[in-house]
Amino acid sequence: MQKSFFFWVLAGGLVLSVGASPVLAQSPRPPGEVRAVDFPNDAGEAVQVEWELSPDDQPQPAERLVVAYEILRREAAGESFTKIGEETYQSRSFKDDRCTRGASYLYRVVALGPDGARSPAAATRGPVTPVMQYFDFSQLWFGVILLIVGGSVVYYIQLARSGRELKVRRIAGLEAVDEAVGRATEMGRPCLYVPGILDINDMQTLAGVTVLSRVAGLTAEFDARLDVPTSRSLVMTACKETVEAAYLGAGRPDAFNEDSVYYLTDEQFGYVAGVTGKMLRERPAACFYMGAFFAESLILAETGNAVGAIQVAGTAMPSQLPFFVAACDYTLIGEELFAASAYLSGESHQLGSLKGQDVGKVLGGTLVVVGCLLSTAVVLTDAAVLNHMLTYLTENVLGSQGW
Amino acid sequence: MKRTLPLLIAAVTGFVLIGAHFVPYTQSWGEEAMIWFDILAAIAFILGGANLVKLNLQKVSDRRAGWGYAAVTVIAFFLTLVVGMAKMGVHPSPQFAQFAWSGDYVQEGSSFWFIYQYAFYPLGATMFALLACFIASAAFRAFRAKNTEAIILLSTAFIVLVGRTYAGTALTGWLPEALQFDNLTGTIMNVFNLAGNRAITIGIGLGVVSLSLKILLGVDRSYLGTEE
Repeated sequence: MQKSFFFWVLAGGLVLSVGASPVLAQSPRPPGEVRAVDFPNDAGEAVQVEWELSPDDQPQPAERLVVAYEILRREAAGESFTKIGEETYQSRSFKDDRCTRGASYLYRVVALGPDGARSPAAATRGPVTPVMQYFDFSQLWFGVILLIVGGSVVYYIQLARSGRELKVRRIAGLEAVDEAVGRATEMGRPCLYVPGILDINDMQTLAGVTVLSRVAGLTAEFDARLDVPTSRSLVMTACKETVEAAYLGAGRPDAFNEDSVYYLTDEQFGYVAGVTGKMLRERPAACFYMGAFFAESLILAETGNAVGAIQVAGTAMPSQLPFFVAACDYTLIGEELFAASAYLSGESHQLGSLKGQDVGKVLGGTLVVVGCLLSTAVVLTDAAVLNHMLTYLTENVLGSQGW
Repeated sequence: MKRTLPLLIAAVTGFVLIGAHFVPYTQSWGEEAMIWFDILAAIAFILGGANLVKLNLQKVSDRRAGWGYAAVTVIAFFLTLVVGMAKMGVHPSPQFAQFAWSGDYVQEGSSFWFIYQYAFYPLGATMFALLACFIASAAFRAFRAKNTEAIILLSTAFIVLVGRTYAGTALTGWLPEALQFDNLTGTIMNVFNLAGNRAITIGIGLGVVSLSLKILLGVDRSYLGTEE
C-alpha cells in the first residue's frame, strides 16, 4: 500500500515537472549531400557550396520545419568551424566569395528550424581549394564578337589611312550644325550647348564634347557667342580645353572667353532651372543638346522651342529620343551621336571607323535573322536539334554560358 | 606632352578596363581605376564650386542683367555650405555623445536637413512637375495630322494612350479580342516599339565600341584640348 502510494506520488511529480519545463523545439533533419566546388571563371577567391534540401524542407508545408540553412567553414588545417553565411529555406547553394586563393576549406551546412532548433551538420567529403582561372570563358563569345567588331573598326581606319575613299550617308542633324550657328550669327544671339548631365566617363558625354569641338570652331569662325553650362566639374574642364583648342584651331585664340564654359550644379533639376532661366533671359538662336539626358530633355527642348531657337539634339537614351524628336528640329538618334565626331571632322581615317561599325550591324542583323528563323522553326516543328541550336544561340552566343 | 600624357592615361585605363572583363585576375584593377576617377571627380568639384562663385560674384559686381539671380545663387551656396559644414542643429551621435559634432550632417531636424526638406526638395519637385505641361505642349505639336506618317503616329499614340487606361478596356470590350485597345497596346509596345528600341540599342552598342576604340587608339583627340 505504502509502495503504491509512493509510486503514484513519483509519477505525478514527473508529469508535473515535464509539464512545467519548456517544450524543446523539434530539430529538423539535416540536409543531404553537401558538395563544394571551385567557383568557375574567377580569380580563385570563391567556392560554390551546394546541398540537397533537408527532407523536412518542403515547398509548401502546413508548418515550416526548416526556416534557413547555416553555412559553416573552416580551413582544412584549422580547428573550428565558423559561420560564414545563411540562406533561406528551399535554397540549395551558397557562394563563399571570401576565400583565399590556394587555401583549402571544409564546409558544413546546418538546417535551422523555428525557435532556433538546429539539425545535425552535413559536411563536405573532402577539402576544396579555389583556383584562379586565367581567362573568363563565360565571356568567350562576347570576346569573339568584340574582336570582330573592334577588328573591323581598326581595319577600316587603316584602309582609309591608305587613301581609299569611303562613302558615308548624309546625317541631316549634323549638316544642320553649320546652319544653326550661321543663323545665330545673323541674329546676333548666342549659341547654347548642353553636353548632357552625366560625367566625362560616360561615352555620350565624350561624344557630346567632340561635337562641341566643331560647334566651337564654327562660333570662332563666325564670331558668334557660345554658352556652355555644364552639370559636372570634370565636364566643365574638358569642355573648356575643347573650346579653347577649337578657337585656336580657327585662328581666333583672342576670341576665346574662358567664362563661356561654366559649372552650374550637379543636381538634375537645379541644372535645368539654371539653363532654362538663361534661355529665357538671353534667348539663344541655336540650342545644341548632345549627351546623356533624362527627364530634363523635354523641359530643355520645349523651352528652346518657346524662345524660337533652332534646335539640334543627340542622345543615346532611347527613352528620351521621342521627346527630342517631338520638340527639336533635328535629332541624332543613338549611333548618329557617336558617329558625329567622325562625320564632322571629315577626316578619312575617322570615317573608316563608321565603316567598321557597319560590319557589326551585318553581324547583329545576321544573328537577329538566324534567331527569328530558329524560333519560328522550333514552334512549327518542335525538333530537338533546332531547339538545342536556339538555346545555344541565346544562352551561349548571346548569353554567358561560354563556348 | 599636355595631350600625350592624358591620351596615354586614357588608353592604359581603357584597355585595363576591357581586360578586366575577360581576365579575372585583373578585375580589381578595373575597380581601382574607377576609384581613381571618383577621387578626380571629387577634386574637380572644388573647381566647379570656385567657378560658380567667381562667375556669379562677377555678375553681381558688374550689375549685369540677371544679377539678382546670381546674388541668390551665391547666398544660397554659402548658406548651404556653412550650415552643412558647421553641422548646425545636429545632435551628437549617441555613440560619441561627448563630441558635439559627432552627429550626421543630414540628421533629421538639423538645419541642413531643413534646407533639403523644405527648400531644395519642393523646388526640384516643382521643376519636375513642369514636365507635365511640356509633355502636353510637345504632344500637341507632334500629333498634328499633317501627312501620312503623322496620321499613323497620331493613331498609334491614341491607341496606346487610351489602351493604358480602364476607358480603353471599357470602350472597346465589344470588339474581337485582338482589336481591343488594351491588347493592341500590348502588341504595339511589345512588337513594334520593342523591335525599334532594340535596333537603336544595337546601334548604340556598336557606336560605343567604335568611339571607344577611336579614343583609346588616339584616332579621335578632339576632347583633349590643345598642346599650347
